[in-house]
Amino acid sequence: MIEINNITKSFGKKEVLKGISADFEKGRINIIIGGSGTGKSVLLKCLIGLVKPDSGEVLYDGRNFYQSSTEEQQEIRREMGVLFQGGALFDSQTVAQNVQFPLDMLTNQSESEKKERVAFCLQRVGLTGSGDRMPSEISGGMKKRVGIARAIVMNPKYLFCDEPNSGLDPLTAAKIDELIKEITEEFNTTTVIITHDMNSVLEIGQNVNFLYQGYKNWTGQVPDMFNSGSAELREFLYATKLIREMK
Amino acid sequence: MSALGRYFIFLNSLFVRREKFSIYWQRFIDEAVRLGFGSIFLVSIISFFIGAVSCIQTAYNLVSPLIPLSTVALIVRDMQILELAPTITCIVLAGKVGSNIASELGTMRITEQIDALEVMGINSSSYLVLPKVLAAMFTFPLLVIMAAFLGILGGYFAGTLTGVISAKDYMDGIRDSFIPYNVLFMCIKPFVFGFLIASISSFKGFYTRGGALEVGTSSTQAVTSSCIAILLADFVLAQLLL
Repeated sequence: MIEINNITKSFGKKEVLKGISADFEKGRINIIIGGSGTGKSVLLKCLIGLVKPDSGEVLYDGRNFYQSSTEEQQEIRREMGVLFQGGALFDSQTVAQNVQFPLDMLTNQSESEKKERVAFCLQRVGLTGSGDRMPSEISGGMKKRVGIARAIVMNPKYLFCDEPNSGLDPLTAAKIDELIKEITEEFNTTTVIITHDMNSVLEIGQNVNFLYQGYKNWTGQVPDMFNSGSAELREFLYATKLIREMK
Repeated sequence: MSALGRYFIFLNSLFVRREKFSIYWQRFIDEAVRLGFGSIFLVSIISFFIGAVSCIQTAYNLVSPLIPLSTVALIVRDMQILELAPTITCIVLAGKVGSNIASELGTMRITEQIDALEVMGINSSSYLVLPKVLAAMFTFPLLVIMAAFLGILGGYFAGTLTGVISAKDYMDGIRDSFIPYNVLFMCIKPFVFGFLIASISSFKGFYTRGGALEVGTSSTQAVTSSCIAILLADFVLAQLLL
Protein backbone atom coordinates (compact mmCIF):
# COMPACT_ATOMS: atom_id res chain seq x y z
CA MET A 1 0.00 0.00 0.00
CA ILE A 2 1.16 3.53 -0.77
CA GLU A 3 0.02 6.51 1.28
CA ILE A 4 0.67 10.13 0.45
CA ASN A 5 0.02 12.85 3.02
CA ASN A 6 -0.36 16.53 2.30
CA ILE A 7 1.98 16.67 -0.72
CA THR A 8 2.74 20.19 -1.95
CA LYS A 9 4.97 21.20 -4.81
CA SER A 10 5.67 24.57 -6.43
CA PHE A 11 7.80 25.55 -9.39
CA GLY A 12 8.82 29.14 -8.84
CA LYS A 13 5.65 30.99 -7.93
CA LYS A 14 3.39 28.40 -9.52
CA GLU A 15 1.86 26.06 -6.98
CA VAL A 16 1.23 22.78 -8.79
CA LEU A 17 0.23 20.45 -5.96
CA LYS A 18 -1.70 21.94 -3.06
CA GLY A 19 -1.71 19.46 -0.20
CA ILE A 20 -2.73 16.16 -1.76
CA SER A 21 -3.37 13.12 0.40
CA ALA A 22 -4.43 9.71 -0.89
CA ASP A 23 -4.12 5.97 -0.31
CA PHE A 24 -3.30 3.55 -3.12
CA GLU A 25 -4.40 0.05 -2.21
CA LYS A 26 -2.48 -3.14 -2.80
CA GLY A 27 -3.76 -5.51 -5.51
CA ARG A 28 -5.99 -2.82 -6.98
CA ILE A 29 -5.78 -0.41 -9.88
CA ASN A 30 -5.65 3.10 -8.49
CA ILE A 31 -6.27 5.74 -11.10
CA ILE A 32 -5.41 9.41 -10.96
CA ILE A 33 -7.42 11.44 -13.42
CA GLY A 34 -7.68 15.11 -14.22
CA GLY A 35 -7.35 17.57 -17.04
CA SER A 36 -4.08 18.74 -18.54
CA GLY A 37 -1.99 20.86 -16.19
CA THR A 38 -3.72 19.70 -13.01
CA GLY A 39 -0.53 18.19 -11.58
CA LYS A 40 -1.01 14.47 -12.37
CA SER A 41 2.46 13.94 -13.82
CA VAL A 42 4.13 16.00 -11.08
CA LEU A 43 2.30 13.90 -8.48
CA LEU A 44 3.54 10.71 -10.16
CA LYS A 45 7.10 12.09 -10.18
CA CYS A 46 6.77 12.89 -6.48
CA LEU A 47 5.58 9.33 -5.87
CA ILE A 48 8.50 7.68 -7.67
CA GLY A 49 11.16 10.01 -6.33
CA LEU A 50 11.98 11.98 -9.48
CA VAL A 51 10.68 15.27 -8.06
CA LYS A 52 11.00 15.96 -4.35
CA PRO A 53 7.84 17.51 -2.89
CA ASP A 54 8.19 20.76 -0.94
CA SER A 55 6.31 19.20 1.96
CA GLY A 56 4.33 16.10 2.81
CA GLU A 57 5.24 12.45 2.92
CA VAL A 58 5.12 9.38 0.68
CA LEU A 59 4.87 6.07 2.56
CA TYR A 60 5.58 2.73 0.90
CA ASP A 61 4.12 0.10 3.24
CA GLY A 62 4.89 2.44 6.11
CA ARG A 63 8.40 3.41 4.90
CA ASN A 64 8.71 7.15 4.49
CA PHE A 65 10.48 7.53 1.13
CA TYR A 66 11.80 11.06 1.54
CA GLN A 67 13.00 10.53 5.09
CA SER A 68 14.85 7.33 4.20
CA SER A 69 18.60 7.10 3.63
CA THR A 70 19.89 6.92 0.05
CA GLU A 71 20.36 3.15 0.40
CA GLU A 72 16.82 2.67 1.72
CA GLN A 73 15.45 4.81 -1.11
CA GLN A 74 17.31 2.61 -3.57
CA GLU A 75 15.77 -0.47 -1.97
CA ILE A 76 12.28 1.02 -2.34
CA ARG A 77 13.02 2.04 -5.93
CA ARG A 78 14.01 -1.52 -6.73
CA GLU A 79 10.51 -2.59 -5.70
CA MET A 80 8.99 -0.21 -8.26
CA GLY A 81 8.19 -0.79 -11.90
CA VAL A 82 7.46 2.26 -13.99
CA LEU A 83 5.90 2.44 -17.44
CA PHE A 84 6.76 5.83 -18.90
CA GLN A 85 4.55 7.67 -21.35
CA GLY A 86 6.85 7.11 -24.33
CA GLY A 87 8.16 3.76 -23.10
CA ALA A 88 11.61 5.27 -22.28
CA LEU A 89 13.34 2.32 -23.91
CA PHE A 90 17.10 2.58 -24.31
CA ASP A 91 17.68 3.28 -28.02
CA SER A 92 21.04 1.54 -28.17
CA GLN A 93 19.73 -1.77 -26.83
CA THR A 94 17.52 -4.45 -28.31
CA VAL A 95 14.12 -5.26 -26.85
CA ALA A 96 15.55 -8.21 -24.89
CA GLN A 97 18.49 -6.15 -23.62
CA ASN A 98 16.07 -3.45 -22.48
CA VAL A 99 14.05 -5.96 -20.50
CA GLN A 100 17.18 -7.61 -19.11
CA PHE A 101 18.75 -4.30 -18.12
CA PRO A 102 17.40 -4.12 -14.51
CA LEU A 103 18.51 -7.73 -13.95
CA ASP A 104 22.03 -6.93 -15.21
CA MET A 105 22.30 -3.87 -13.04
CA LEU A 106 20.57 -4.91 -9.86
CA THR A 107 20.89 -8.68 -9.45
CA ASN A 108 23.59 -11.34 -9.40
CA GLN A 109 21.56 -13.86 -11.39
CA SER A 110 23.34 -16.13 -13.88
CA GLU A 111 23.01 -15.37 -17.58
CA SER A 112 20.69 -18.37 -18.09
CA GLU A 113 18.41 -17.27 -15.24
CA LYS A 114 18.22 -13.78 -16.71
CA LYS A 115 17.46 -15.07 -20.20
CA GLU A 116 14.72 -17.28 -18.78
CA ARG A 117 13.16 -14.36 -16.89
CA VAL A 118 13.34 -12.09 -19.96
CA ALA A 119 11.72 -14.76 -22.11
CA PHE A 120 8.93 -15.14 -19.53
CA CYS A 121 8.27 -11.38 -19.37
CA LEU A 122 8.28 -11.00 -23.16
CA GLN A 123 5.91 -13.95 -23.46
CA ARG A 124 3.73 -12.38 -20.75
CA VAL A 125 3.30 -9.20 -22.80
CA GLY A 126 2.87 -11.11 -26.06
CA LEU A 127 6.24 -10.28 -27.60
CA THR A 128 7.82 -13.70 -27.89
CA GLY A 129 10.26 -13.65 -30.80
CA SER A 130 10.73 -9.86 -30.79
CA GLY A 131 13.70 -9.83 -28.43
CA ASP A 132 16.29 -9.10 -31.13
CA ARG A 133 14.50 -6.08 -32.58
CA MET A 134 15.60 -2.53 -31.84
CA PRO A 135 13.15 -0.02 -30.27
CA SER A 136 13.22 2.01 -33.50
CA GLU A 137 11.89 -1.02 -35.40
CA ILE A 138 8.75 -1.59 -33.34
CA SER A 139 5.38 0.17 -33.12
CA GLY A 140 4.17 2.47 -30.32
CA GLY A 141 1.98 -0.26 -28.83
CA MET A 142 4.88 -2.72 -28.84
CA LYS A 143 7.09 -0.14 -27.14
CA LYS A 144 4.52 0.18 -24.37
CA ARG A 145 4.44 -3.59 -24.00
CA VAL A 146 8.26 -3.74 -23.84
CA GLY A 147 8.06 -0.97 -21.22
CA ILE A 148 5.63 -3.12 -19.22
CA ALA A 149 7.90 -6.16 -19.60
CA ARG A 150 10.84 -4.12 -18.28
CA ALA A 151 8.69 -2.75 -15.46
CA ILE A 152 7.66 -6.23 -14.25
CA VAL A 153 10.96 -8.04 -14.78
CA MET A 154 12.05 -7.41 -11.18
CA ASN A 155 8.69 -8.59 -9.74
CA PRO A 156 7.74 -5.11 -8.51
CA LYS A 157 5.47 -4.53 -5.53
CA TYR A 158 4.44 -1.15 -6.96
CA LEU A 159 3.60 -0.53 -10.61
CA PHE A 160 3.28 3.02 -11.95
CA CYS A 161 1.98 3.82 -15.42
CA ASP A 162 2.10 7.30 -16.91
CA GLU A 163 -0.53 7.71 -19.63
CA PRO A 164 -0.26 4.07 -20.78
CA ASN A 165 -2.66 4.62 -23.68
CA SER A 166 -1.50 7.92 -25.08
CA GLY A 167 -0.99 7.82 -28.82
CA LEU A 168 -2.44 4.33 -29.24
CA ASP A 169 -5.40 3.18 -31.31
CA PRO A 170 -8.45 2.03 -29.28
CA LEU A 171 -7.82 -1.67 -29.89
CA THR A 172 -4.16 -1.53 -28.81
CA ALA A 173 -5.09 0.72 -25.88
CA ALA A 174 -7.64 -1.85 -24.70
CA LYS A 175 -5.02 -4.60 -24.91
CA ILE A 176 -2.55 -2.55 -22.84
CA ASP A 177 -5.29 -1.89 -20.27
CA GLU A 178 -6.12 -5.58 -20.08
CA LEU A 179 -2.43 -6.45 -19.67
CA ILE A 180 -2.01 -4.00 -16.78
CA LYS A 181 -5.13 -5.41 -15.12
CA GLU A 182 -3.92 -9.01 -15.47
CA ILE A 183 -0.48 -8.14 -14.10
CA THR A 184 -1.99 -6.34 -11.11
CA GLU A 185 -4.15 -9.35 -10.27
CA GLU A 186 -1.44 -11.92 -11.01
CA PHE A 187 1.38 -10.26 -9.02
CA ASN A 188 -0.83 -8.49 -6.47
CA THR A 189 0.90 -5.17 -7.17
CA THR A 190 -0.13 -1.75 -5.99
CA THR A 191 -0.84 -0.20 -9.38
CA VAL A 192 -1.10 3.54 -9.91
CA ILE A 193 -2.14 4.83 -13.32
CA ILE A 194 -2.07 8.44 -14.44
CA THR A 195 -4.48 8.99 -17.29
CA HIS A 196 -7.12 11.20 -18.79
CA ASP A 197 -8.45 8.41 -20.96
CA MET A 198 -11.97 7.67 -19.69
CA ASN A 199 -12.07 4.36 -21.55
CA SER A 200 -9.22 3.12 -19.35
CA VAL A 201 -10.90 4.40 -16.23
CA LEU A 202 -14.13 2.62 -17.04
CA GLU A 203 -12.47 -0.58 -18.28
CA ILE A 204 -9.94 -1.30 -15.55
CA GLY A 205 -10.17 1.45 -12.92
CA GLN A 206 -11.06 0.51 -9.35
CA ASN A 207 -10.10 3.40 -7.08
CA VAL A 208 -10.16 6.88 -8.58
CA ASN A 209 -8.59 10.15 -7.45
CA PHE A 210 -9.66 13.22 -9.41
CA LEU A 211 -7.26 16.19 -9.42
CA TYR A 212 -8.47 19.69 -10.16
CA GLN A 213 -6.23 22.76 -10.13
CA GLY A 214 -3.65 21.11 -7.90
CA TYR A 215 -6.16 19.83 -5.33
CA LYS A 216 -7.65 16.38 -4.88
CA ASN A 217 -11.20 17.18 -5.79
CA TRP A 218 -12.81 13.75 -5.41
CA THR A 219 -11.89 10.18 -4.47
CA GLY A 220 -13.92 6.98 -4.63
CA GLN A 221 -14.81 3.89 -6.63
CA VAL A 222 -15.40 4.00 -10.38
CA PRO A 223 -19.17 3.31 -10.25
CA ASP A 224 -19.64 6.18 -7.79
CA MET A 225 -18.00 8.74 -10.09
CA PHE A 226 -21.17 9.46 -12.01
CA ASN A 227 -23.15 10.19 -8.87
CA SER A 228 -20.52 12.37 -7.26
CA GLY A 229 -21.35 15.77 -5.84
CA SER A 230 -18.37 17.35 -7.57
CA ALA A 231 -19.39 19.66 -10.39
CA GLU A 232 -15.78 19.70 -11.68
CA LEU A 233 -15.68 15.91 -11.90
CA ARG A 234 -19.02 15.77 -13.67
CA GLU A 235 -17.84 18.37 -16.13
CA PHE A 236 -14.69 16.32 -16.75
CA LEU A 237 -16.62 13.05 -17.15
CA TYR A 238 -19.29 14.40 -19.45
CA ALA A 239 -16.84 16.18 -21.73
CA THR A 240 -16.88 13.02 -23.85
CA LYS A 241 -19.85 12.74 -26.16
CA LEU A 242 -20.07 8.98 -25.72
CA ILE A 243 -20.37 9.28 -21.95
CA ARG A 244 -22.93 12.09 -22.34
CA GLU A 245 -25.00 9.78 -24.47
CA MET A 246 -24.57 6.94 -21.96
CA LYS A 247 -25.93 9.27 -19.33
CA MET B 1 28.72 31.21 -11.29
CA SER B 2 25.72 29.08 -10.44
CA ALA B 3 26.36 27.02 -13.58
CA LEU B 4 29.94 26.46 -12.42
CA GLY B 5 28.67 25.35 -9.02
CA ARG B 6 26.19 22.96 -10.62
CA TYR B 7 29.00 21.62 -12.81
CA PHE B 8 31.11 20.74 -9.74
CA ILE B 9 28.10 19.15 -8.01
CA PHE B 10 27.54 17.16 -11.21
CA LEU B 11 31.19 16.02 -11.18
CA ASN B 12 30.81 14.94 -7.56
CA SER B 13 27.72 12.90 -8.46
CA LEU B 14 29.83 10.76 -10.82
CA PHE B 15 31.67 9.22 -7.90
CA VAL B 16 28.84 8.37 -5.49
CA ARG B 17 26.52 5.33 -5.55
CA ARG B 18 28.59 3.56 -8.19
CA GLU B 19 27.51 0.31 -9.80
CA LYS B 20 29.43 -2.97 -10.23
CA PHE B 21 32.95 -2.64 -11.70
CA SER B 22 32.17 -5.10 -14.52
CA ILE B 23 29.38 -2.78 -15.73
CA TYR B 24 31.72 0.22 -15.84
CA TRP B 25 34.40 -1.80 -17.61
CA GLN B 26 31.99 -2.85 -20.38
CA ARG B 27 30.68 0.70 -20.71
CA PHE B 28 34.25 2.07 -20.78
CA ILE B 29 35.22 -0.27 -23.63
CA ASP B 30 32.07 0.66 -25.58
CA GLU B 31 32.68 4.38 -25.12
CA ALA B 32 36.39 4.11 -25.93
CA VAL B 33 35.53 2.43 -29.22
CA ARG B 34 32.75 4.90 -30.01
CA LEU B 35 34.35 8.17 -28.91
CA GLY B 36 38.02 7.41 -29.50
CA PHE B 37 38.42 4.89 -32.25
CA GLY B 38 35.39 6.27 -34.05
CA SER B 39 37.33 9.51 -34.48
CA ILE B 40 40.44 8.00 -36.06
CA PHE B 41 39.45 8.77 -39.66
CA LEU B 42 38.59 12.43 -39.02
CA VAL B 43 41.69 13.04 -36.90
CA SER B 44 43.91 11.33 -39.51
CA ILE B 45 42.66 13.43 -42.40
CA ILE B 46 42.86 16.71 -40.50
CA SER B 47 46.27 16.15 -38.94
CA PHE B 48 47.85 14.91 -42.19
CA PHE B 49 46.73 17.99 -44.12
CA ILE B 50 47.56 20.41 -41.29
CA GLY B 51 51.10 18.95 -41.28
CA ALA B 52 51.32 19.25 -45.06
CA VAL B 53 50.11 22.84 -45.12
CA SER B 54 52.29 23.92 -42.20
CA CYS B 55 55.36 22.54 -44.02
CA ILE B 56 54.57 24.39 -47.26
CA GLN B 57 53.72 27.66 -45.48
CA THR B 58 56.79 27.52 -43.23
CA ALA B 59 59.02 26.92 -46.24
CA TYR B 60 57.33 29.82 -48.05
CA ASN B 61 58.20 32.18 -45.17
CA LEU B 62 61.76 30.95 -44.61
CA VAL B 63 63.43 32.60 -47.58
CA SER B 64 66.74 33.59 -45.97
CA PRO B 65 69.75 31.70 -47.35
CA LEU B 66 71.27 31.91 -43.86
CA ILE B 67 68.64 29.57 -42.41
CA PRO B 68 69.12 25.90 -43.31
CA LEU B 69 66.18 24.21 -45.01
CA SER B 70 66.07 21.55 -42.29
CA THR B 71 64.67 24.27 -40.01
CA VAL B 72 61.36 23.87 -41.86
CA ALA B 73 61.04 20.30 -40.57
CA LEU B 74 62.12 21.36 -37.07
CA ILE B 75 59.39 23.99 -37.01
CA VAL B 76 56.78 21.58 -38.37
CA ARG B 77 57.75 19.02 -35.72
CA ASP B 78 57.60 21.46 -32.81
CA MET B 79 54.36 23.04 -34.03
CA GLN B 80 52.81 19.60 -34.28
CA ILE B 81 54.03 18.37 -30.93
CA LEU B 82 53.51 21.50 -28.89
CA GLU B 83 50.28 22.90 -30.29
CA LEU B 84 48.72 21.64 -33.49
CA ALA B 85 48.38 17.95 -32.62
CA PRO B 86 47.08 18.30 -29.05
CA THR B 87 45.09 21.53 -29.24
CA ILE B 88 43.69 21.54 -32.77
CA THR B 89 42.90 17.84 -32.61
CA CYS B 90 41.05 18.33 -29.33
CA ILE B 91 39.13 21.33 -30.70
CA VAL B 92 38.07 19.11 -33.60
CA LEU B 93 37.14 16.40 -31.09
CA ALA B 94 35.17 18.95 -29.06
CA GLY B 95 33.04 19.44 -32.18
CA LYS B 96 32.63 15.78 -33.01
CA VAL B 97 32.62 14.04 -29.63
CA GLY B 98 31.25 16.94 -27.57
CA SER B 99 28.18 17.43 -29.72
CA ASN B 100 27.69 13.67 -29.88
CA ILE B 101 27.73 13.32 -26.08
CA ALA B 102 25.49 16.34 -25.45
CA SER B 103 22.89 15.32 -28.03
CA GLU B 104 22.88 11.70 -26.86
CA LEU B 105 22.35 12.60 -23.21
CA GLY B 106 19.94 15.41 -24.10
CA THR B 107 17.79 13.01 -26.12
CA MET B 108 17.93 10.45 -23.31
CA ARG B 109 16.76 13.16 -20.91
CA ILE B 110 13.79 14.37 -22.96
CA THR B 111 12.67 10.82 -23.80
CA GLU B 112 12.71 9.92 -20.06
CA GLN B 113 15.46 7.32 -20.46
CA ILE B 114 17.48 9.01 -17.70
CA ASP B 115 14.37 9.07 -15.48
CA ALA B 116 13.98 5.34 -16.16
CA LEU B 117 17.51 4.74 -14.86
CA GLU B 118 16.85 6.86 -11.77
CA VAL B 119 13.66 5.04 -10.80
CA MET B 120 15.52 1.73 -11.08
CA GLY B 121 17.78 3.05 -8.30
CA ILE B 122 20.76 3.52 -10.63
CA ASN B 123 22.97 6.61 -10.37
CA SER B 124 22.31 7.77 -13.92
CA SER B 125 25.09 10.36 -14.06
CA SER B 126 27.71 7.92 -12.85
CA TYR B 127 26.47 5.11 -15.09
CA LEU B 128 26.20 7.23 -18.23
CA VAL B 129 28.89 9.88 -17.82
CA LEU B 130 31.83 8.40 -15.89
CA PRO B 131 32.69 5.84 -18.63
CA LYS B 132 32.56 8.63 -21.26
CA VAL B 133 34.93 10.84 -19.26
CA LEU B 134 37.38 8.01 -18.61
CA ALA B 135 37.21 6.86 -22.24
CA ALA B 136 37.96 10.36 -23.50
CA MET B 137 40.88 10.76 -21.08
CA PHE B 138 42.29 7.43 -22.23
CA THR B 139 41.75 7.62 -26.00
CA PHE B 140 42.41 11.31 -26.71
CA PRO B 141 46.15 11.07 -25.88
CA LEU B 142 46.37 8.07 -28.24
CA LEU B 143 44.62 10.06 -30.97
CA VAL B 144 46.95 13.01 -30.41
CA ILE B 145 50.07 10.81 -30.65
CA MET B 146 48.70 9.50 -33.93
CA ALA B 147 47.86 13.05 -35.06
CA ALA B 148 51.40 14.28 -34.33
CA PHE B 149 52.92 11.39 -36.26
CA LEU B 150 50.59 11.90 -39.22
CA GLY B 151 51.14 15.67 -39.16
CA ILE B 152 54.89 15.26 -39.38
CA LEU B 153 54.39 12.60 -42.06
CA GLY B 154 52.08 14.96 -43.96
CA GLY B 155 54.78 17.62 -43.83
CA TYR B 156 57.29 15.12 -45.17
CA PHE B 157 55.15 14.15 -48.14
CA ALA B 158 54.12 17.72 -48.93
CA GLY B 159 57.69 19.00 -48.65
CA THR B 160 59.36 16.29 -50.67
CA LEU B 161 56.68 15.89 -53.36
CA THR B 162 56.51 19.63 -54.05
CA GLY B 163 60.30 19.95 -53.90
CA VAL B 164 60.46 22.63 -51.19
CA ILE B 165 62.66 20.41 -49.02
CA SER B 166 64.64 17.23 -49.65
CA ALA B 167 63.94 14.04 -47.75
CA LYS B 168 67.37 14.22 -46.12
CA ASP B 169 66.88 17.83 -44.94
CA TYR B 170 63.46 16.95 -43.55
CA MET B 171 64.77 13.95 -41.62
CA ASP B 172 67.69 16.01 -40.32
CA GLY B 173 65.30 18.74 -39.24
CA ILE B 174 62.95 16.53 -37.26
CA ARG B 175 65.91 15.00 -35.40
CA ASP B 176 67.50 18.35 -34.64
CA SER B 177 67.21 19.82 -31.09
CA PHE B 178 64.59 17.28 -30.09
CA ILE B 179 63.31 17.69 -26.50
CA PRO B 180 61.70 14.44 -25.27
CA TYR B 181 59.81 16.32 -22.52
CA ASN B 182 57.72 17.99 -25.23
CA VAL B 183 56.21 14.61 -26.08
CA LEU B 184 55.15 14.15 -22.45
CA PHE B 185 53.68 17.67 -22.51
CA MET B 186 51.84 16.75 -25.71
CA CYS B 187 50.26 13.73 -23.96
CA ILE B 188 49.26 15.63 -20.80
CA LYS B 189 47.23 18.17 -22.81
CA PRO B 190 44.70 15.76 -24.39
CA PHE B 191 44.37 13.96 -21.05
CA VAL B 192 43.14 17.22 -19.53
CA PHE B 193 41.22 18.29 -22.64
CA GLY B 194 39.49 14.88 -22.81
CA PHE B 195 38.24 15.34 -19.27
CA LEU B 196 37.00 18.86 -20.04
CA ILE B 197 35.28 17.95 -23.32
CA ALA B 198 33.53 14.85 -21.97
CA SER B 199 32.50 16.34 -18.63
CA ILE B 200 31.31 19.72 -19.97
CA SER B 201 29.40 18.13 -22.85
CA SER B 202 27.85 15.57 -20.52
CA PHE B 203 26.84 18.33 -18.11
CA LYS B 204 25.18 20.30 -20.91
CA GLY B 205 23.37 17.24 -22.26
CA PHE B 206 22.40 15.78 -18.91
CA TYR B 207 20.50 18.88 -17.81
CA THR B 208 18.67 19.48 -21.09
CA ARG B 209 15.05 20.47 -20.58
CA GLY B 210 12.39 20.76 -23.28
CA GLY B 211 12.43 19.15 -26.70
CA ALA B 212 14.40 18.79 -29.92
CA LEU B 213 15.21 22.50 -30.08
CA GLU B 214 16.79 22.43 -26.60
CA VAL B 215 18.81 19.32 -27.50
CA GLY B 216 20.30 21.29 -30.40
CA THR B 217 20.99 24.25 -28.11
CA SER B 218 22.70 21.99 -25.54
CA SER B 219 24.81 20.48 -28.28
CA THR B 220 25.92 23.91 -29.51
CA GLN B 221 26.63 25.10 -25.95
CA ALA B 222 28.63 21.95 -25.28
CA VAL B 223 30.92 22.61 -28.25
CA THR B 224 31.30 26.32 -27.47
CA SER B 225 32.01 25.79 -23.77
CA SER B 226 34.40 22.92 -24.48
CA CYS B 227 36.40 24.99 -26.99
CA ILE B 228 36.69 27.90 -24.54
CA ALA B 229 37.71 25.52 -21.74
CA ILE B 230 40.35 23.93 -24.02
CA LEU B 231 41.88 27.30 -24.90
CA LEU B 232 41.98 28.40 -21.25
CA ALA B 233 43.44 25.09 -20.12
CA ASP B 234 45.96 25.24 -22.97
CA PHE B 235 47.22 28.58 -21.70
CA VAL B 236 47.35 27.39 -18.05
CA LEU B 237 49.16 24.16 -18.95
CA ALA B 238 51.70 26.02 -21.09
CA GLN B 239 52.39 28.41 -18.21
CA LEU B 240 52.66 25.64 -15.65
CA LEU B 241 54.52 22.95 -17.54
CA LEU B 242 56.86 24.72 -19.97
